[in-house]
Amino acid sequence: MEFWIELVVSVFLVAGAVFVFIGSLGLAKLPDFYTRLHAPTKATTLGMGGLLAASAILMTYQQGHLSLHELLITLFLLITAPVTAHMLAKTAMHHKLQITEKTVDKELSKRARERNTPT
Amino acid sequence: MKSQPRFRLLPMPIHSLLLFVVWLLLNNTVAPGHLVLGAFLALVIPLLTSGMQSPQPSFHKPLVTFRYALMVIADIIVANFEVALLVIGPSKKLNPAFIAVPLDIQYELPITILASTVSLTPGTVSAEISEDKQWLYVHVLHMTNKDELIALIKQRYEKPLMEIFEC
Repeated sequence: MEFWIELVVSVFLVAGAVFVFIGSLGLAKLPDFYTRLHAPTKATTLGMGGLLAASAILMTYQQGHLSLHELLITLFLLITAPVTAHMLAKTAMHHKLQITEKTVDKELSKRARERNTPT
Repeated sequence: MKSQPRFRLLPMPIHSLLLFVVWLLLNNTVAPGHLVLGAFLALVIPLLTSGMQSPQPSFHKPLVTFRYALMVIADIIVANFEVALLVIGPSKKLNPAFIAVPLDIQYELPITILASTVSLTPGTVSAEISEDKQWLYVHVLHMTNKDELIALIKQRYEKPLMEIFEC
């Protein structure tokens, strides 16, 4: 394999891995459930994007024709990630999970749980 | 609300096209056998499922839609870097918040797209929607200015969506 393709693939792989790692790190270190929710929904999207880009480039090079599987996976990820986050946030509110002290407008979560208007 | 023209044998033309393309992408081929099978699935699945669909406003401005998609992808990348930096930085500095965004758009599909965009972009996760569909509750990882953030969501995401769906 040519050097420059190896280089591009490795850069995408490492960058993707770093973002996935940061997403997992966020899960471990952020203060409460709601803030933890942000790490895997965002950092991981780009991380997976990087890994999939690496895969697409490598496969396209090896097979000699355009590999589009990865595009499909990206599409599914982009559709499912926000839905998962939304369902988790909803569940968290119904379980009345603890919200970190500093959170501004904590009361809003009670209004949201009842699906009321804010005031 | 304008909805798509309904043909009896092809109730959801756009969905059919999407199914066909996704089938070919899944199999990573354009072999004749898969073309036939894909076309068959693309015709039959909408026939079976169209009855479950509630009427939704359809996409109108393809160009605006395309620009919106590109903007969202760019914003996802920016938001990823921002959130990554916030995660690495000290947790004490974080300023999490709940906000309620007043909604001007109506109907489930546009609201779903807005909520998904909000979840994927600027450090926000949409948590709940009020029963009357007038308010979107959002959790923010690090809030600097509440009014600015609400204005950003409304200006940057809601406005083009209203234009696309003409509602």
